[in-house]
Amino acid sequence: MNNFVYIRAENSQRALNALWETNNAKFLGGGTNLVDLMRERIEQPDAVIDITRLPMNQITELPDGGLRVGALVRNSHLAAHPLIRDRYRVLSQAILMGASAQLRNMATTGGNLMQRTRCYYFYDSAARCNKRTPGSGCDAIDGFNRIHAILGASSQCVATHPSDMCVAMAALDAVVRVTGKNGERSIPITEFHRLPSDTPSQDTNLNPDELITAVDLPNFPDARKSLYRKVRDRASYAFALVSVAAVLDVKGGRIQNARLALGGVAHRPWRATAAEQFLLHRPAEEKTFREAAELELQAAKPLAHNGFKVELAKRTIVDVLMELAGKAEVQ
Amino acid sequence: MDSPLAAHSVTLHVNGREHKLQLEARVSLLDALREHIGLTGTKKGCNQGACGACTVLVNGERINSCFALAVQYDGMKITTIEGLADANGLHPLQQAFVKHDGFQCGYCTPGQICSAAAMIEEFRGGAPSAVTELEAKDIEFSDLEIQERMSGNLCRCGAYVGINEAIRDAFEVLSR
Amino acid sequence: MSIFSKVTQAVVQFVPDRDRDQLSEEHRIVGKPIDRLDGPQKVTGAASFTADFPLEALVYASLAFSTVAKGKIRKIDASEAEKSSGVLSVITHKNAPKMKDPPLFSPSSGTDAAASTANVVNTDEIYWNGQAIAVVIADTLDGAEHAASLIKIEYDEEPAALSFEAAKSQAETPKNIMGEDTEVERGDTEKVLAQAKYKVDHVYSTPRFNHNAIELHATTAAWNGDQLTVYDTSQFVRGVADSLAKMFSLKKENVRVLAPFVGGGFGGKGSMWGHVQLCVLAAKVVGKPVKLVLTREGVFRTVGGRTPSEQRVALAADETGKLTALIHTGTTASSFANDFAEQFSFPARHLYATESLYLTQKLVRLNTTPNTFMRAPGESIGTFALESAMDELAYELGIDPVELRLRNDPDQDPAKHTEFSSRHFKEAYRLGAEKFGWQNRPAQPRSMRDGKWLVGQGVGTAFYPAYRFPAAARVRLNADGTAVIQSSAQEMGMGTATVQTQHAAERLGLPLEKIRFEYGDTNLPQAPVAGGSNQTVSIALAVQQACEKLHRELLKSAKQDQNSPLSGSHFDEVRACDGGLFRRDKPETGETYVEILSRLKQDFVEAESETGPPLETMKYSMGSYGAQFCEIRVNEQTGETRVSRWVGSFDTGRILNPKTAVSQFRGGIIMGIGMALTEETFFDERTGRIVNPSLAEYHLPVNADIPKIEAYFLDIPDPHTPLGAHGIGEIGITGCAAAVANAIYHATGKRIRELPITLDKLL
Repeated sequence: MNNFVYIRAENSQRALNALWETNNAKFLGGGTNLVDLMRERIEQPDAVIDITRLPMNQITELPDGGLRVGALVRNSHLAAHPLIRDRYRVLSQAILMGASAQLRNMATTGGNLMQRTRCYYFYDSAARCNKRTPGSGCDAIDGFNRIHAILGASSQCVATHPSDMCVAMAALDAVVRVTGKNGERSIPITEFHRLPSDTPSQDTNLNPDELITAVDLPNFPDARKSLYRKVRDRASYAFALVSVAAVLDVKGGRIQNARLALGGVAHRPWRATAAEQFLLHRPAEEKTFREAAELELQAAKPLAHNGFKVELAKRTIVDVLMELAGKAEVQ
Repeated sequence: MDSPLAAHSVTLHVNGREHKLQLEARVSLLDALREHIGLTGTKKGCNQGACGACTVLVNGERINSCFALAVQYDGMKITTIEGLADANGLHPLQQAFVKHDGFQCGYCTPGQICSAAAMIEEFRGGAPSAVTELEAKDIEFSDLEIQERMSGNLCRCGAYVGINEAIRDAFEVLSR
Repeated sequence: MSIFSKVTQAVVQFVPDRDRDQLSEEHRIVGKPIDRLDGPQKVTGAASFTADFPLEALVYASLAFSTVAKGKIRKIDASEAEKSSGVLSVITHKNAPKMKDPPLFSPSSGTDAAASTANVVNTDEIYWNGQAIAVVIADTLDGAEHAASLIKIEYDEEPAALSFEAAKSQAETPKNIMGEDTEVERGDTEKVLAQAKYKVDHVYSTPRFNHNAIELHATTAAWNGDQLTVYDTSQFVRGVADSLAKMFSLKKENVRVLAPFVGGGFGGKGSMWGHVQLCVLAAKVVGKPVKLVLTREGVFRTVGGRTPSEQRVALAADETGKLTALIHTGTTASSFANDFAEQFSFPARHLYATESLYLTQKLVRLNTTPNTFMRAPGESIGTFALESAMDELAYELGIDPVELRLRNDPDQDPAKHTEFSSRHFKEAYRLGAEKFGWQNRPAQPRSMRDGKWLVGQGVGTAFYPAYRFPAAARVRLNADGTAVIQSSAQEMGMGTATVQTQHAAERLGLPLEKIRFEYGDTNLPQAPVAGGSNQTVSIALAVQQACEKLHRELLKSAKQDQNSPLSGSHFDEVRACDGGLFRRDKPETGETYVEILSRLKQDFVEAESETGPPLETMKYSMGSYGAQFCEIRVNEQTGETRVSRWVGSFDTGRILNPKTAVSQFRGGIIMGIGMALTEETFFDERTGRIVNPSLAEYHLPVNADIPKIEAYFLDIPDPHTPLGAHGIGEIGITGCAAAVANAIYHATGKRIRELPITLDKLL
């Protein structure tokens, strides 16, 4: 790892000033991704601004019944928080299925949003990677691409977003609050992460002068009827091959509301809007779920080794929705 | 004036002892413990946040010290494997690991034991895991819970069965 | 087999057996489930591993690796690295002091231990992608690692051999495999196969695997004039010392290698990899002690793993299930800098009676990290193929898979035609089947289910040879009644330190706490490599002989002393017990060691013994056997597989410590589960680069992947081994992958012949 200037920020304004005044600076949260990438020489900041002591580690109730999650709330604390467990169980589940207890104790909400891909070739500085070195090419497209994207990829990049938390947040229509030179703004989580297109080096729509301060979870009573399912190569401590975050409200056997987001399939958490629209007002049964899944995955473009993800995603969607529908019947 | 890249003064409170160090910002907490303080009980297994051998407790919470920059932990209370035993002898987890053969080579063991110590506290504090029924009032200290909660610590010798027996045993001792 | 070996083999049949070890039936200390003696050190962080020794003025080394698979270094620019803060030196092939060529490990050479012939940094030649090409030494670890990333290298790249598939057309047949004939042929197998009514004939493949001991490979080297002291993460300290002596032209006695604790080896630390000589070289160049700990990526790049394999197994049987033909052939890969054909065909030499038999192996060369032994090299992957095929044949015949194996238990070794020293194959199967509840298993695939999960049960035979290598040990009795046992043996977690202490206590008739076992240091009498599951038995025989020698000497001195109650006693008339030697016929008559040494007015007496070659393994077919039973669940929707139950039943001679033994069996089984389901090293054939050199992306089984594994053993002593014991470190992994694959077939009706069985193969 290159040596760097370490700046400990006491408040957000100082953190922002440091960012604006320093060349090639990075914010440091829990370090679980940035330190890794620095050690691999993928990130080589000249300055690191430690923001972990900023007062942004609270979860507060919003007037409209939603919750505001400070950007520095640790993943483990977020998942264990009684209000999150109660109102947004899909979020608790998603976080708890990510990484390990040790890493969740370190990782922050803001940092999790900024997680970079686990693509093997992104991590290997000897390989070609447009995300790491724009214009160098992509060794994944014709290489080992079992873990890569089936949706929304480009000829430049087939990487996937690795987060579980963000997939749940996508299903919950969370809003990312940021502050920068032009003041504060809100970014819907579904617009926070980008598809690779021809600029895969940019993971998100966060501007270089901005700091994530919080994530707002909207008031969403149906989110109590939610579920996260993660399919992976080990029973624990592995990234998703496919994951599904779903919210389902059923009344009288018909779907009143459905939210569906997929992980492990695209460069960003994949909000399955086509499937959602299809589901609305249809009977909550396997046939409907399967058709919705088929519809969503119609656009899938598998590579040599990840074709299984198409069927796996469909089946996991059906499975999760069936489980939620089953619970609805009992209630 | 010091160069901005110069070493930082960092104070770490490790196992109840204060250590004042001069460290470059890039030095991990793991390397600070091992190479600068000389507490080599904490191990480096991957330096990739992927094995848990470097697990230490910070203010009682378990973390991977390989991903922690030491300078970030300035002023904090750190417990390593060397700090678990007290005047009365080995910590119940340490005793139980020996009794149930919860290791072979012993290399991942400090991380396993530190992790287990914090895990028991997390469990008692009501923190859920990925296998917890979130609606449940009480969580049972089941095999499934132990296994999921300990999955951040790899053991290549394959001592998992002994590790889990040891943790269950120590949990009972600690709950008396 | 050479003429010499054939003659030896023939002569050995007439050599009388060693006397059966009287301690084979002794149950005072040996055989007890004693807690690991080094346990307290390991649970408190007090156990010092290689990277833990705080030497004075220690500096740090880091390596740079090649990014091409074959060619020559055209240009190497280290100027930026040299200018980087804290850097003491950068060693490349341009400025490296010359070393002699690494002496390649070979079983017959004694102590040559180099893992490859590549004289890294003394050559501009690139043999594989990831080869070490420069060493940076700096005063801090971070400084060294960063500077290594600043070295710029240009190559004259040459076309490399990277595709296993493409290389198969040029596969060679090795002259021999581990000293045994490559080809074994009896009868016309193909003809029998063609005419058989019941047969199977399939190809099975296994991928690259890496050991991934959690302890990173590390070396600390310190020079003092022409004296060299090295701490090394080694399974073979004597081999490392002698190989370094050769490479640096030193007298053997001037090189000391220590490895008091080793954080797991599994074969990956069994030979000397390039970083060891590079650390020693670095220490010489900078004139200070140097510590070199490989990064995890560095381990993947520079330390080899298990070869990929492609194996054909064809079986034919009559309607009663008796094998009429057994063919096991296939190909493995080695590199251009070593020579190792992994012996996958070995299990078929010893397991089943068959009318006709054909076994052979081919080898291809690729520009890869030199492959090496990994836990049960050969037997682990060989039993995957053979035992999957046996399962397939069982379904062909409609015979229960356990019953099929029992019907083919041979009376003598099917390849060597020698007597078995100790074989209780059927008993191991019966015990395991009973513990598992195999009789309740429905034969039909897809006949068990638990909700969304399809449930299946499978079985596979475990097998590993019982090896013994020559070894030396010293036994010292002190005047205070304590004893010290010394041998340069290694402890990587197998329980060596504990079990050898138990053994010595039993042998000397002393309580456990009076014995200290010293090991992991080349200043001690020479132990062999801790590999091939040989160490326990090899050291035990040396200790047994040293104790006998010591006892004889003590008796001799007693004979000359009228006052000794042992005066006039013969060796056979006394036994060691109660802290001394006592007459067998009059147990109250004898002397304690304290009394004897006091009488002799000596502070200590000692004896050393060096054992000879293992004639017994030439005379008999010596091996361990077992049966692996497992139950798995496959998610019908997602293909996720979970192992829910495991019973291993083993015939591995006498068990010396049931507690550490069970850990060894379980550990092997868990590595077998990883091999079956989750582990694979991805090798990019376009570049020769390993693309997942990380514990995040190379999936070792985690705690949640592993059920409560039950391991049982027959505990029947082998009359031809010291203590009646066999080494047990490797048998645990054998048969596992097949048991899992067979259970998956039973659950799903899908036969997967390619490891690892990840969920995509089951969708």
